[in-house]
Amino acid sequence: MATAAVSPPQPHVKEYPTNGVWSWLATVDHKRIGMLYLVTALCWFAVGGLEAVIMRMQLQGPNGHVVSAETFNQLFTMHGTTMIFLVVMPLSAAFFNFLIPLQIGARDVAFPRLNAFSYWVFLFGSLFLNFSWIVGSAPNGGWFGYAPLTTLAFSPGLNIDFWLLGLQILGVSSLAAAFNFITTIINMRAPGMTLMRMPMFTWMSFVVQFLLVLAFPVITIALVFLQFDRFFGTTFYTPGAGGDPLLWQHLFWVFGHPEVYILILPAFGLVSEILPTFSRKPLFGYAVMVFSGILIAFLGFGVWAHHMFAVGMGPIADSLFAVSTMLIAIPTGVKIFNWIFTMWGGTIRFTVAMKYAIALVGLFVIGGISGVMHASPPADLQQTDTYFIVAHFHYVLVAGSLMGLWGGIYYYFPKITGRLLSEKIGNWHFWLNFIGVNLTFMPMHWSGLYGMPRRIYTYPTDQGWDLFNMMSSVGAYLQVVAGLFFAYNIIKSWRGGQIAGDNPWGAPSLEWSIPSPAPDYNFAQIPTVTSRYPLWDVASPAVPSDAISSGPLKTSRELGIPMPNPTIRPLFVALFLVLMFASLLLIHKDMFWVAIGGVITFALAMTLTLYSWLLTPLEDAH
Amino acid sequence: MAHDHHSGVEEASHQAMGEEHEHPTWREYKWVALILTLITVIEVWVYYTPFKQSTMFVPVLLGMSAVKFAIVVAFYMHLKYDHKLFRTLFIGPLIIAISTLTALLFLFSKFKY
Amino acid sequence: MTTAAVPHQAHPPTTTGLDHRKVAIWAFIGSECMLFASLISTYLIYKGKSVVGPFPHESWTDPATGHVLQPILNIPVTSMSTFVLLMSSLFMVLALEAVENKNKPAYQGTLRGNSSFWLMATALAGATFLGFQAFEFTSFVHEGLTIRRNLFGSSFFTLTGFHGAHVTAGVLWLLTLYSIDKKRGLGPKDAVLVDICALYWHFVDVVWIAIFTLVYLIS
Repeated sequence: MATAAVSPPQPHVKEYPTNGVWSWLATVDHKRIGMLYLVTALCWFAVGGLEAVIMRMQLQGPNGHVVSAETFNQLFTMHGTTMIFLVVMPLSAAFFNFLIPLQIGARDVAFPRLNAFSYWVFLFGSLFLNFSWIVGSAPNGGWFGYAPLTTLAFSPGLNIDFWLLGLQILGVSSLAAAFNFITTIINMRAPGMTLMRMPMFTWMSFVVQFLLVLAFPVITIALVFLQFDRFFGTTFYTPGAGGDPLLWQHLFWVFGHPEVYILILPAFGLVSEILPTFSRKPLFGYAVMVFSGILIAFLGFGVWAHHMFAVGMGPIADSLFAVSTMLIAIPTGVKIFNWIFTMWGGTIRFTVAMKYAIALVGLFVIGGISGVMHASPPADLQQTDTYFIVAHFHYVLVAGSLMGLWGGIYYYFPKITGRLLSEKIGNWHFWLNFIGVNLTFMPMHWSGLYGMPRRIYTYPTDQGWDLFNMMSSVGAYLQVVAGLFFAYNIIKSWRGGQIAGDNPWGAPSLEWSIPSPAPDYNFAQIPTVTSRYPLWDVASPAVPSDAISSGPLKTSRELGIPMPNPTIRPLFVALFLVLMFASLLLIHKDMFWVAIGGVITFALAMTLTLYSWLLTPLEDAH
Repeated sequence: MAHDHHSGVEEASHQAMGEEHEHPTWREYKWVALILTLITVIEVWVYYTPFKQSTMFVPVLLGMSAVKFAIVVAFYMHLKYDHKLFRTLFIGPLIIAISTLTALLFLFSKFKY
Repeated sequence: MTTAAVPHQAHPPTTTGLDHRKVAIWAFIGSECMLFASLISTYLIYKGKSVVGPFPHESWTDPATGHVLQPILNIPVTSMSTFVLLMSSLFMVLALEAVENKNKPAYQGTLRGNSSFWLMATALAGATFLGFQAFEFTSFVHEGLTIRRNLFGSSFFTLTGFHGAHVTAGVLWLLTLYSIDKKRGLGPKDAVLVDICALYWHFVDVVWIAIFTLVYLIS
């Protein structure tokens, strides 16, 4: 394969600093953006975890006095909103960003500056949302914000305004990133990498981007209606004017159900990377895994009203949604079996990453079983709005998504930083986490079936719920200790961990063929791919042996690889966008025209900066 | 502008990919415009006739609009002539959008059955 | 390191041979299908549910004042604006054709090859449509239909407002392309820029086709 086409010396290429604050603020490198997402999401995890711990302290015993009912409402709303939108989704985004170009043999994503923009919108949006705590008006209507409770008549404060504006902002971030990754995966795969040779993480991520692109517009509109009701006096959710409260619920869950598949599929993808490596066996049933992922996504758009079995849709609607919900358990179950068959007969290495992946496989089944139980409308009439549901979704999200993501962090930390996380500390993290999670959420199945409702800030002592709540709270405290081990591991290993080398795990995919940490250009030469497991395919290796790095790492200039220029414009466009949305808050401070003035000013600033961005070339001419 | 480095490589791969560049011509575009106008005229005309009261009015109108929609997408948006990928990228979401809309109408009892 | 032979790797070709931006715009259009489907669904769900008038297709007597409010939609005027938008799509197609064939002798010096003309024609047609919308909105407000008046007002203004905002963004995009064309000329190399604008523009037109039928013609 021809390597370097010799040409006249390049015109003077501006050198940009690679260290220092500005280099991070102006970065368009997908790997750095991935790291930014990772660190930010982990910080929000600590915040969301704190919110949970305070709730568990309040609920530890009956008639708790740790927080008031109003504060409790804010805590469960922010805990849910934070964990979903500021933790699981950005952790997944960290992996999308970091991994996808590496796995497909590309040098970056299709639109590097749009990528940076997505991150900054996420960061500023998350800060905006949490600013509500500082002004004492944290959202308090639940993460699902049911109308008409969230309309102005019943929620006159700024709480819901922060919530709906925050979610609108975060939606922009996710949508922009989705368009980016769809284009990247379709259009930037290395020669020979057909869709059916892509690593499973990239496949699952690909499916997730389509879910994002189709689901987020719907919640955008639902939020627009709420926004217009609250700020401009429209009547979308006002029963007195003929408005139907169910409109909110339907629109929200048309988004909300695909959202939960957005939350789990990336973790599934990570497990599908980890298990084969540590079983030293290819993934069992690759094609079936791909198609079941696609089927889950497709069916995921047809089950939303199973969140509404108690509203009185009628027997036909109930039955149709019950059947579709039960159907979706099939492709999910297929994945579980394929993972088990992957490990069967393999040579298992129980690294921490592997432990987390196996834990997901086992514990997700528990969450899945309770999920199928909810799928029956008559059974759900007892389960809905009780802790039985809380148990279900925490099993799938904490024992599912989060454990998959933790496994992914242990697995990919060496590729990101060049060093291994400590297995010793990791084991403490894992076991404390495993015990803590089960101790927290298993008892909730019982307290739920014994009738403990959701979203109550305290409970009387004669209900038979005391023991289960005590167990859950102890489990939560254990999770905190586990989290401290995790934080300690990351901090200690980032600079001081064991040096990893290119491929510490002996893994098969392209990202392991380049140095750790990866150079800014990723691949010195774009590889040609001839199989699903390029690095295990000794007969036809993806990378010509003369390209394997020896000696000091070459720079992009030395290799003649044109790199995109860093730019601070995406950060400013993001900032103006967020300030534009934030200006609307002033409407509820009786400053209508100041608010409109703010919106117009920031919209203009945003447009002008956007024009500057679009008219600036991505790279220097070459 | 920003991405002109693609053009030279693109020309070559255009041929290589065999991207059908059978364009509609100026004549065909004029026909398309004419048909679109004609259908619109019929739609509005029908609105003012007694046919408006019949039960077939809505299905017929929806049908005519669907034809206009399809013509614009196929010819003006070139979907008929372009890479199959774009067809997939558009038809998939379109199906989900129409299904969701239909399901919502049923759920809010907009169809009398 | 000598200056004689500096290695230089060209960008790898895209996997499909297609431009990134064209792939992205179709993904974006798919997303917009869901956006407008949500708005249209809401409009249809709330059809006939308004407690007070004005109504789109029937008259309403205000019980408080005894005033009779006529059906508020103006089909003849809206038919004209619909026609204008349809024509704008034709102009857009011709603009793209002019840009793609800029260097062909058959197109040079002709109206067919005058890309700026067609870009401006499209923008003006779009602006005319917006003018019609502005006229319609203000006359509705004068007749007592505001966005907060009833469910019809809320859902109608939100749906058509979102559509109008999309048209506005499209007009700005067209004017930007026009000024680039005037400044340095748009040729076949830039066709993809006009192509993605065209795809966006036609989609906005197609959404209007749906709105015109579902909101104006079906009662």
